[in-house]
Amino acid sequence: MQINTPFFKQRAHDALADANLQKALGNLKAGFPEKRAIAVSRMPEFEQLRDQGRDLKNHILEHLDLYLEEFERKVIENGGHVHWARTADDANRIILDICQQVDAKTVTKGKSMVTEEIGLNDFLEANGVQPVETDLGEYILQLRHDHPSHIIAPAIHLNLEDVSEAFHANHHRPKSSDPAVLMQEAREVLREKFVAADVGITGANFCVAETGSTIIVTNEGNGDLTQTLPKTHVVVTSIEKVVPTLEDMTLFLRLLARSATGQEFSVYNTLSSGPRREGDQDGPENFHVVLVDNGRSEMVGSEFQDMLRCIRCSACMNHCPVYGAVGGHSYGWVYPGPMGSVLTPQMIGIEKGGMLPNASTFCGKCESVCPVRIPLPKLMRHWREDEFEKHLQPKAARYGLAGWAFLAKRPALYKPYTRMASWMMKTWAGKNGRIKKLPLAGGWTDWRDMPAPQGKTFMQAWKEQQKAGGQQ
Amino acid sequence: MPNISSGPRVGLFVTCLADMFRPSVAFATVKLLEQAGCKAEVPERQTCCGQPAFNSGDRKTTADIARQTIDAFDGYEYVVGPSGSCIGMLHYYPEVFDPSDSYYQRALELKNRSFEITSFLFDVIGMDSLQEQLRQLQFNHKVTYHDSCSGLRQLGIKQQPRQLLQQVQGVELEEMEEAETCCGFGGTFCVKYPEISNRMVSNKSEFISNTGAHTVLGGDLGCLLNMAGKLKREGKQVEARHIVEVLAGMTDTPAIGEADYGLAQQL
Ligand code: SF4
Repeated sequence: MQINTPFFKQRAHDALADANLQKALGNLKAGFPEKRAIAVSRMPEFEQLRDQGRDLKNHILEHLDLYLEEFERKVIENGGHVHWARTADDANRIILDICQQVDAKTVTKGKSMVTEEIGLNDFLEANGVQPVETDLGEYILQLRHDHPSHIIAPAIHLNLEDVSEAFHANHHRPKSSDPAVLMQEAREVLREKFVAADVGITGANFCVAETGSTIIVTNEGNGDLTQTLPKTHVVVTSIEKVVPTLEDMTLFLRLLARSATGQEFSVYNTLSSGPRREGDQDGPENFHVVLVDNGRSEMVGSEFQDMLRCIRCSACMNHCPVYGAVGGHSYGWVYPGPMGSVLTPQMIGIEKGGMLPNASTFCGKCESVCPVRIPLPKLMRHWREDEFEKHLQPKAARYGLAGWAFLAKRPALYKPYTRMASWMMKTWAGKNGRIKKLPLAGGWTDWRDMPAPQGKTFMQAWKEQQKAGGQQ
Repeated sequence: MPNISSGPRVGLFVTCLADMFRPSVAFATVKLLEQAGCKAEVPERQTCCGQPAFNSGDRKTTADIARQTIDAFDGYEYVVGPSGSCIGMLHYYPEVFDPSDSYYQRALELKNRSFEITSFLFDVIGMDSLQEQLRQLQFNHKVTYHDSCSGLRQLGIKQQPRQLLQQVQGVELEEMEEAETCCGFGGTFCVKYPEISNRMVSNKSEFISNTGAHTVLGGDLGCLLNMAGKLKREGKQVEARHIVEVLAGMTDTPAIGEADYGLAQQL
């Protein structure tokens, strides 16, 4: 996927002016957070579960190699294949290879952010294999040559009219704006694709080491058809998704559903444990798991390790006031919101991704809802430290900070300086109490007034008062 | 009046914004501390808590300023300031030192004795000693309270200011929608990403005025300057004040961003 992250500001500007998008974001804000709050209030032990989730993920990350090897062993035992992909390119080539081995023309796809991350669709298409997204949101996006703007509600930025137009243009049926009709239309079109597909590609929410199973969690059931109908099922997932046991998996399922959509349990929780065995009524003949690294193993042991706990629930973006203002496309790459602001610089480099960890007030809302307690603001601050050390911040910001630091470290200089600054602003405001336009502070006064200082600084006034008191 | 000299010695962390923009907030804090029986002092060598450096990724400057602040507040039983954000920064100091650094222990120890003012009054001093004072106050207005992020999520300040406010006669507290959502100030964020910040503070301004409150109160001047600036730009009549002004009975000064006629006459 093309990297547009350096243009975050421009994209945010456009997003703020896009009335349709703003309406959609308003719905999101009212939807997921409220549902999550209700689900959490119904479960008194939710905070303890979050602690357990954090601790268990930390344990897994400490022993990642062991659990991955165990998982691999079990998959092979079950008759499946495991492929290790160090980079996005490696992953794409491995998947194409599997498709070519079975002479695949079309592949159906369940929803998967990892395949977005590696740019699988474009790669397959360029190599003569037609991918078909089967998650309704992803399908709509594919028709529109668009990309997800949210990790679990990919088409959240679109409205009904957009969908209606996309279907009309592609399905050659009468135009309808009735959601039920559109849904039925999608079902009919996709059903043919399911049956025709040679390979089904899904992601995985978790990989269970104990049994060699992968699981997908959906609310549409499209994933089930994707993975059971074609002869070959390829699971494309990333290395941090492994959990030790089925029991451990259920802990995360409970956290995931509530944090994501406020459901107690998602509608479809489908486990895949290898190819069809004798006596099985359905299932693929070939079962492959592609374990993508793509920079993750570098995060193990680094200051960003905590980020690998992420279970992709989307709670952080659903509650983020910045995401809520500008939407997911502004972030300019695959992962939006607070989790994207930490992950994206890791995957595309801080030189290109630096805008994101800076676009935060550190309000801490994301951390307060994250089911595995990832300290997202702290990790964004680590990126800022990285930028600072590499002198990547804009010159004006760097010099401004240096000038301020020089004064702040010298109380004897700081005091006369603050006195002067207060006095100047007060004078500038005159008798108005506030300033409408302040030179060098356009970022502030273009949008709001600057309340004027009262006059003297406190340090000055306090000293005078103490002196006067002493003389009495 | 309580016996002033018998109470704990408290170092006032003034905060840059109270120092430069609204000294009356620091004076109100001193008054509240003294009413609570504390001996309030203002260490000379304090400047800023260092948050701008910390949040810009400049660890060295952060550590330098942290050392300066730790030294400046050495020996005080408590350190109290009128800002959850700045006191929250003091609580981050242990993170900026290596545990082998001699300042690490001192940073931990500073963290344990520094408090935001409403939390200090409610959690440390206790309502019993304050109630009598507060009940003598009058503020006959409908107010709404904005929860600033660091105070709320880092320091757990939610009920403290509300409980204290409720003692003041005439105060009618009307909660706004999304009181816990960030106002969009975020230190340098508001000038680095002004349009996003503007959207956030516009939402906030709407939520505030929807309550029909006469005054919006809060515990952090950064947020209050931001919200007051937006309310004024939009021509809304709502006033903005730091909560300590109400709790100390010092609401005769013009609200934030209001014309200071008294001073204008002097000029
Ligand atoms: S960072 Fe936390 S809240 Fe955000 S998607 Fe990941 S697990 Fe969910």
